[in-house]
Amino acid sequence: MELSAREDVNRRMLRARDEMDRRYAEPLDVPTLAAIAHLSASQFGRVFKEVYGETPHRYLQRRRVERAMTLLRQTDRPVTDIAWDVGFASLGTFSRTFSTVVGSSPSEFRVRHEPVHVPTCFIAAWTRPREAAAGTAVSEKQTDRPAP
Amino acid sequence: MTTNHITAISLKSLPVLDQDEALAFYTELLGFEVRNDIDLGFMRWLTIGLPGADVQLLLELVGGPQHDAATAAQVRELVTKGALGGLFLTSSDIHATYAALDAAGVEITQEPVEQPYGTDIGIRDPFGNPVRISQPAALTSDQIQEKYDGAPA
Repeated sequence: MELSAREDVNRRMLRARDEMDRRYAEPLDVPTLAAIAHLSASQFGRVFKEVYGETPHRYLQRRRVERAMTLLRQTDRPVTDIAWDVGFASLGTFSRTFSTVVGSSPSEFRVRHEPVHVPTCFIAAWTRPREAAAGTAVSEKQTDRPAP
Repeated sequence: MTTNHITAISLKSLPVLDQDEALAFYTELLGFEVRNDIDLGFMRWLTIGLPGADVQLLLELVGGPQHDAATAAQVRELVTKGALGGLFLTSSDIHATYAALDAAGVEITQEPVEQPYGTDIGIRDPFGNPVRISQPAALTSDQIQEKYDGAPA
């Protein structure tokens, strides 16, 4: 298969993005992602934004919030546990980020949304927030606790 | 409600960037079989299907004359970004399927995860197209509903 230089970059960045989707609860590991994409760590963020239109940090934020929305909707797990499960280090950071991105608190969101019964890949794709407000932070959890 | 006499889904086009590579991936790794491989002159009509299944996939090369060069480049870009389509397959043993695909070096986007409706995995084909494979749970709709309602963490 012959790919243009641009298509080859797309394909490598897709592999890195897939890895972010798989490891969303872990801290953003730019060196590893850059290695998957065959780029330097300093190049990775710029090229990711060129391909996907947002920074890796912002993409991860939307992925985590989407996952939290799913868990809030589909389970009765405590909000604090969900915050930790999706990669936030504190309930405060999670609640602040979630409220900024979604427009309601995690608890309010849970009350307003019933479980939806479709394959999880569609939920992941279609409930991911389109935009995360500027300035919201994704707080990384400590690396001494394994991701669920 | 009228059906307008439509009775089945028969063929679905899947955009691929190399037909030989697509054929090897879908037949040798996923178990499809060739239904048609015909040189029509203007195109290679290459369709595959799963044994016993009627639905066929057309492994359609991106870049035919229906698209101008710029549009073809856009489609290729979307494919390689993982932005197009989605193929959903069923496995009778998802863990065996996963083990075989992982051993073969297929790009895994999701290891086996138990869902209320069954267990599924995610992979990508060589071009970036997403493929989901699921082993449905041996449950009635009501039982699946109960699992959703009482879904554990």
